[in-house]
Amino acid sequence: MNRTPPLRKLGVLLLAVLPLVLAGCSSALLDPKGQIGEEQRTLILTSFGLMQIVVIPVIVMTLLFAWRYRRSNREASYRPDWHHSNLIEAVVWFIPCVIIVFLAVLTWYTSHSLDPHKPIEPTAEQQEPIEIQAVSLDWKWLFIYPEQGIATVNELAFPEDTPVRFRVTSGSVMNSFFIPRLGSQIYAMAGMDNDVHLVAEEPGVYPGRSTNYSGAGFSGMTFDAHVGSEEDFDAWVAKVRESSESLTYPAEYNELAAPSEDNEIEYFSEVSPSLYESIIKSFLAGGDHEERMAEYADSYAEGFGHGGHGAGHGDDHGASAESHGTSMSAEAAE
Amino acid sequence: MFGKLSLEAIPTHDPIIMTTITGIVLGGLALVAAITYFKKWGYLWNEWVTSVDHKKLGIMYFIVALVMLLRGFADAIMMRSQLAMASAGAEGFLPPSHYDQIFTAHGVIMIFFVAMPMVIGLMNLVVPLQIGARDVAFPFLNNLSFWLFAAGVILVNVSLFAGEFAKTGWLAYAPLSGLDYSPGVGVDYWIWALQISGIGTTLTGINFFVTILKMRTKGMTLFRMPIFTWTSLCANVLIIASFPILTATIALLTLDRYLGMNFFTTDLGGNMMMYVNLIWAWGHPEVYILILPAFGVFSEVIATFARKRLFGYGTMVWATVAITVLSFIVWLHHFFTMGAGANVNAFFGIMTMIIAIPTGVKIFNWLFTMYRGRIEFTSPVLWTLGFIITFSLGGMTGVMLSIPAANFVLHNSLFVIAHFHNVIIGGVVFGMLAGLTYWFPKAFGFTLNEKWGKRSFWCWLVGFYVAFVPLYVLSFFGAVRRMQSYDNGDWQPLMIVAWVGALIIAAGIACTLIQFYVSIRDRKQNQDVTGDPWDARTLEWATSSPAPFYNFAHLPDINGIDDYWAKKENNGGKPPLSEGPYQDIHMPKNTWEGPVLGGLSTAFGFALVWHIWWLAIVSGIGMFVVFLARVFREDVDYYVPAAEVERIEREHRQRVERDVQPSSSYASQAGGQA
Amino acid sequence: MSTDTLSNHGDHAHEHDHHDAAGTKVFGFWVYLMSDLIIFGSLFATYAVLLRGTADGPTPADIVDLPLILISTFLLLVSSFTYGMAVLAMNADQVNKVKAWLAVTFLLGAGFIGLELYEFHHLIHLGFGPDRSAFLSAFFTLVGTHGLHVTFGLIWILVMLVQLQKKGLTDMTRPRIMCLSLFWHFLDIVWICVFSFVYLMGAL
Repeated sequence: MNRTPPLRKLGVLLLAVLPLVLAGCSSALLDPKGQIGEEQRTLILTSFGLMQIVVIPVIVMTLLFAWRYRRSNREASYRPDWHHSNLIEAVVWFIPCVIIVFLAVLTWYTSHSLDPHKPIEPTAEQQEPIEIQAVSLDWKWLFIYPEQGIATVNELAFPEDTPVRFRVTSGSVMNSFFIPRLGSQIYAMAGMDNDVHLVAEEPGVYPGRSTNYSGAGFSGMTFDAHVGSEEDFDAWVAKVRESSESLTYPAEYNELAAPSEDNEIEYFSEVSPSLYESIIKSFLAGGDHEERMAEYADSYAEGFGHGGHGAGHGDDHGASAESHGTSMSAEAAE
Repeated sequence: MFGKLSLEAIPTHDPIIMTTITGIVLGGLALVAAITYFKKWGYLWNEWVTSVDHKKLGIMYFIVALVMLLRGFADAIMMRSQLAMASAGAEGFLPPSHYDQIFTAHGVIMIFFVAMPMVIGLMNLVVPLQIGARDVAFPFLNNLSFWLFAAGVILVNVSLFAGEFAKTGWLAYAPLSGLDYSPGVGVDYWIWALQISGIGTTLTGINFFVTILKMRTKGMTLFRMPIFTWTSLCANVLIIASFPILTATIALLTLDRYLGMNFFTTDLGGNMMMYVNLIWAWGHPEVYILILPAFGVFSEVIATFARKRLFGYGTMVWATVAITVLSFIVWLHHFFTMGAGANVNAFFGIMTMIIAIPTGVKIFNWLFTMYRGRIEFTSPVLWTLGFIITFSLGGMTGVMLSIPAANFVLHNSLFVIAHFHNVIIGGVVFGMLAGLTYWFPKAFGFTLNEKWGKRSFWCWLVGFYVAFVPLYVLSFFGAVRRMQSYDNGDWQPLMIVAWVGALIIAAGIACTLIQFYVSIRDRKQNQDVTGDPWDARTLEWATSSPAPFYNFAHLPDINGIDDYWAKKENNGGKPPLSEGPYQDIHMPKNTWEGPVLGGLSTAFGFALVWHIWWLAIVSGIGMFVVFLARVFREDVDYYVPAAEVERIEREHRQRVERDVQPSSSYASQAGGQA
Repeated sequence: MSTDTLSNHGDHAHEHDHHDAAGTKVFGFWVYLMSDLIIFGSLFATYAVLLRGTADGPTPADIVDLPLILISTFLLLVSSFTYGMAVLAMNADQVNKVKAWLAVTFLLGAGFIGLELYEFHHLIHLGFGPDRSAFLSAFFTLVGTHGLHVTFGLIWILVMLVQLQKKGLTDMTRPRIMCLSLFWHFLDIVWICVFSFVYLMGAL
């Protein structure tokens, strides 16, 4: 046989390619750019390593036992009625238990230290934290900068070495806010005020996206996060402020919230105060949500028809929405 | 008259679907013509459609599952092809409206209409034989379960022709699946297909739970039951405890969509997080419903072909029970990123990892069953070895996912896709194909061709790694699940590798089909005359192949684990044959009500999908009337005369005495020195 | 349901004497009830989660009419007692008494359903229908699912009355009366939970 079977060729090719790919520093999770992501990389590699204590022996034993005790090998011992050994049983329960105890401690510790809701304490060389509000819409991301009074669509910028608190909600179905190079993602849910704390320690352009499928335009729900110096960030804010567009609630917001795919980047120099809170509140009672849903339904031109909710209970308690102001915390999820 | 249904519902604009439809219609016509030409309608109706024989129902489950495997796999190939093409701005050949239906259909079909019927089919075929019963506890319900399942299958396939399927992902997360965001009929097809077949599954769960607890033969104590029966018992407990949650959840979604209620809507107080919790409170036990019986298959296969008693029977049972219990307190690990507090996340993460302990113990038990055995490398053994290695890797990535802080970057990425294919292909599919090969002779009386079986195994094994290792790698670059296209051109080479992997798996499926053809062609040479082709250990091999419809002429007495093996050893290595005098045997009669109820429920579901209210009412009343007819029927059973039993047993005895040489492969020869 | 059987063929009784068909059927029905209980459990959990999802609409306190519910609770509790009398009569082989007690049970159950329909109609008339808020969706669904079960039980009682008329107390009808008995008491227990959890706690 001097001809390598095609399958084996492919296997060799694959074996050659994989380490190259893995070693490449373009891997978002293995080459993170922030403290949260770094800790998560360490965690992934540690747990992977720990489990090799079981996985490698299992694979070796499988191949070894299968070969050693093959039918044709008459030299190997054969004990057809041997089916119990206290020692072996003790060992095979003990080893997984020890590994899991270790992993469980690690899990408990990292679940708290890397809790997405936990604020990042700025270190000596880091700036004070800032807040950015992210709203998932069909099918784009709206980012609101409450301190600067500006908003953007599908573009994010913030200074390096500055902890960022992202407050995340949805104006539509569920999505998930994720910048792989920086670490943790968090769900965006209508009527819920979720948050995730991230920090970038190197300047760069980091792709982000929704990871939770949300309908036809899901694949295009991507954005870039531009991380630079404090001056770069100020320049970017100034650029956004030059925009002639504004985003008032509810009229202009509702227009923006109508479904669109592969949305262009947009800048808004003026934003209704407490836009983010208004979006959350719109789901907590009848509010103006009914109206918006009607608009939404119209945009489904090819839909098969739309039953909708029983008409008429939108209006009469819109006024009382304010009294219902406390937004549900996502921790109510449990 | 036809509700929302009109000719426009047929997707004439889509060449892929229209070609499929044409193919299916022509194939269907050919099949109908052939059955008519060979005058087989009566045979089909009397011997199969109305049959309450658990073995025949098992075979029917498997046939449907294999057909649906082809459909689900066609979806897989289309997805992989799309992602191999749609890179860096290219749109590929599937627009989102079609691609989104495909990945939803792929998940739904593979879980509900391939994996589930394979598991339930195998339980049907094997469990009553393993416990020495003549049938299940409720034979009519068993037939009805099958036809309710078939109704679900039909609805899913009709969605291809009329309207659309859900574009929501296989679990139809609200609020995306609500009327506001999915106004079309796709989600309604999803609802009724799953609701109807799910009720069938619940009935199966009750049926087999009662069968195993109440119908065991004399001496078959719980701790003498074969491991496959044990794992089936646990799987049925999970079905009984978890499928009602699915029923309730789907019912609530139905009320939202049909009566304007607000369980999961974004407004008026609805709570989408509750949907996610409820659906996974069912969804997580569901994966154990699939994997536990597969564990059972591997236990039987490895003990039989290593010619050695299973190592650590008691541990195996308790590990199974532990997994059964734990599977109910881990569901939150499917959505750590929802934002629950650290304590909650940590609790569910740790509970999840604890499942790894009994699972790991099981793996070591299989390894120590091989240790000091005499392993024959038949294709079921190859599937088992492939399983142990592949499943260990899948379990490892599962534990990685179960650490909340790591899950925050891996969730919803291709890592998750690679992980669950790793355990479902490596565990459930390998297990079911091993079980199919292992028990095929018991169902049909001849063994499957080994050469093609092994080819199938190697294609599946290699194909799996080629298809899914790239996905693990891609997840580290930020590739997520359910995207129809991606901007990053660097991902394309690995996507193409994954596509090649899918093609290799396709070759594996082709090998299985060829295996069926070759085996049926050569069935005379591969005949299983004795009923015990593998020289196996458990009770199902104590009767002829295919098993007579009454299973056992005399219900056997059991004195220990692997009792049949002990009986052979006491009989000079030869299987003991049944001897007279025989008695009348009490058996259930066939039922026309099961298939008719299945047909009516299909019409009922279809009518509700399209809001054809008169048809819904008519079929609903029809179901009630048929059910009443069943309730009032008294001639539901009969006695097989002793003379008939004697004739069947005598023929089997004569065949064995004529065809089996005294020195064929029985335990005394094969075992050799101890 | 189909192994309705007659294990009175003495000559081969030993072949299936350990498969007591009636016992198997009742046991199977128990298992079914447990799975049904999980449906109710899911609905109770849903109700608890959505209790505050009133969307500025009525709260539990606004819709509970305790006197009315006390009457329907009483009807259902008494019907459990009358069903128990039917079972006692069956054990004494008094088929006419069985029928009479079943008929009384039917009337009490029908009264319960009538009151529930009145309550639902009243609420919908006030504009508090199940589409008004998530809380009302959960309320109507939980209470309505129990009501549907009771309705099914009523139909079952009718079927049993017909079967008793035609066949009397046989190996076929006896286990069915036992299963229906389990079903009826089960619904009673579920109702006590609904009553305490929805109505009593709602009225407080």
